[in-house]
Amino acid sequence: MSLLSVKDLHVSVDDKEILKGINLDVNPGEIHAVMGPNGSGKSTFSYVLSGRDGYNVTEGTIFFKDANVLDMEPHERAAAGIYLAFQYPVEIPGVSNLTFLKTAVNAVRKARGDSELDAINFLKLARQKGEILDMKDELLKRSVNVGFSGGEKKRNEIFQMAMLEPVLSILDETDSGLDIDALRIVSEGVNKLRSSERSMILITHYQRLLDHIIPDFVHVLIDGRLVASGGKELALELEEGGYAKFGGQNNDSEAA
Amino acid sequence: MKTSPDTAPVIEEAAKREYKYGFVTDIDSEFAPKGLNEEIVRFISNKKEEPSWLLDWRLTAFRQWAAMREPEWAFVDYPEIDFQDAYYYAAPKRDEDKPQSLDEVDPKLLETYEKLGIPLAEQAVLAGVAVDAVFDSVSVATTFKEKLTEAGVVFCPISEAVQTHPELVQEYLGTVVPYADNFYATLNSAVFSDGTFVYVPKGVRCPMELSTYFRINAANTGQFERTLIIADEGSYVSYLEGCTAPMRDENQLHAAVVELIVMADAEIKYSTVQNWYPGDENGRGGIYNFVTKRGVCRGQRSKISWTQVETGSAVTWKYPSCILEGDNSVGEFYSVAITNNYQQADTGTKMVHAGKNTTSTIISKGISAGKGQNTYRGLVKALAGAENARNFTQCDSLLIGDECGAHTVPYIEVSNPLAQVEHEATTSKISEDQLFYCQQRGLDPEEAVSLIVNGFCKEVLKELPMEFAVEAQKLLGVTLEGSVG
Repeated sequence: MSLLSVKDLHVSVDDKEILKGINLDVNPGEIHAVMGPNGSGKSTFSYVLSGRDGYNVTEGTIFFKDANVLDMEPHERAAAGIYLAFQYPVEIPGVSNLTFLKTAVNAVRKARGDSELDAINFLKLARQKGEILDMKDELLKRSVNVGFSGGEKKRNEIFQMAMLEPVLSILDETDSGLDIDALRIVSEGVNKLRSSERSMILITHYQRLLDHIIPDFVHVLIDGRLVASGGKELALELEEGGYAKFGGQNNDSEAA
Repeated sequence: MKTSPDTAPVIEEAAKREYKYGFVTDIDSEFAPKGLNEEIVRFISNKKEEPSWLLDWRLTAFRQWAAMREPEWAFVDYPEIDFQDAYYYAAPKRDEDKPQSLDEVDPKLLETYEKLGIPLAEQAVLAGVAVDAVFDSVSVATTFKEKLTEAGVVFCPISEAVQTHPELVQEYLGTVVPYADNFYATLNSAVFSDGTFVYVPKGVRCPMELSTYFRINAANTGQFERTLIIADEGSYVSYLEGCTAPMRDENQLHAAVVELIVMADAEIKYSTVQNWYPGDENGRGGIYNFVTKRGVCRGQRSKISWTQVETGSAVTWKYPSCILEGDNSVGEFYSVAITNNYQQADTGTKMVHAGKNTTSTIISKGISAGKGQNTYRGLVKALAGAENARNFTQCDSLLIGDECGAHTVPYIEVSNPLAQVEHEATTSKISEDQLFYCQQRGLDPEEAVSLIVNGFCKEVLKELPMEFAVEAQKLLGVTLEGSVG
């Protein structure tokens, strides 16, 4: 039985159909890359998996660990182990990164039936995970994402992922806005979190992320459908020939 | 300092939807007959065995009050109050033999405090806080008195101070808030039941935070507390005030008066967490909180700092103010006001700059949810002699949902060309992005709102003493329960 099973998923936003029948199975430990041009439905896919309001599932099912995800609130999905690294991380003024994470970690631990971490053990964990991602103490103390550079925000997303230890991580355009050094740090962080139980979905426009995080499978999303699936080589093929070959338009600009 | 282990679970329990403090202790109260007239004023004064000057002062206030009208300029709306349909005095029964220690206190009373999460003995010992607990109108227990006495600090019920330090009370009572000041302050002057008196002598730094818990308990009993705090030259005192009230269907009137007097080089820090019954989700019941709080910086380099977290009451009408007389004196006002369901708050401050080089800071955070209405009303006034006076005002409003309201009414009057006044204001909504981000990290919607609101209020909350800050943070969350989702 797969960890995540998406069947014939149709999703509308404001009555406009964005996803038009997605099928995807993710097994424990697998890394899947979903690639596609702008407007193909990549972000919609990540939001509907994590339960954002305004994304209406009109047909199809999503099961995660045999539970019907569509019946679950976003925080319940988080507790079950679904994590979304945001393309545009959100600022929360006045709330320190550490306070935010402690609240989140303990909410998730509580929902999973684990005991809550006290301040000392939490700090220990945060320092330890922070080292992997080269998170300076100062970033931990600052308000969530406020005044962070683009790279720091993305690193913070992966840091949070390391803290929350999800089973399925969806990385939505984590590579966008990263310079080559930041990309390396983030990728190394992600690679350290790889394990036989942990699965990931990498949503990306470019193949360069996949040089650092090697996927098991690559899927091409065009106009709301997965039009091709294959191994790592499919990404290289895309890099060479662009999306046109698969019926999409080439579009080299970053998502707005 | 930190919260005692005993209060922590209590705070957690507070995170339940029902207003937790809605219980009533069935101690027989000794009532003055219903209604308000000169006889009642005499009854109260007589009960307290007051000197004739105080009775005369009360009577003058009462006659003044009888000719006054309720103020109508505030942005609040409530049914007319029948002042003759209320009791103006209630005291725990056995006040002839007042307890000398906690052991002698009626166990029922102690039980009430337990439910409130303020086990006197434990909290006092653990937190090092002296608590002058006001149950209804008569203070029944005062702790840490010895330590304070050693330092020369007077901290006692004002009724006691009238007996033991009449010269101080007579010299200062009504000097900051005169008996004819406003409708509610005048009413208070006529019928004030009890309250707190603090005197910190020259050069003394009060060895502990002073704290009083106010509580309204008898049905239909207006609560008219009177607080007078005097910080003599070069002294310092931090005073904490926290309030809860039992659930009631009738609206209850609370008209307190607080007067602060600060001499040269002295400082008073006055913190309030106000959590009175706000009424139910349909706007039924709840406390009317019409309070006059004012302090005067008499001497050079004196300082007053007001911090308030206002989460309770059906209607709040409150403007803790500073009169900056002394040169180089400093006034501060930090406020968080939350209105949820049908709550209304019209609150702010007055900073009156009279002396040279006086400075004031106003940070106001208003949060409106449900059908709540939240108004910041503030006056910054620089008199002709206020050379180089400086004010900075920041008013931020946060809206949750689309049926609530936030209003900002700043008044600025500057009569000195060298004075500088700055005013900044923002209004924002909790964004759907923020909520989803928090939820995706595992927070349920209410935790998410609580966290975002706490962040919004951070600048104010950090002004609170630690043990209050923790309580206040929880309170913000509890107050906003049911405002999303």
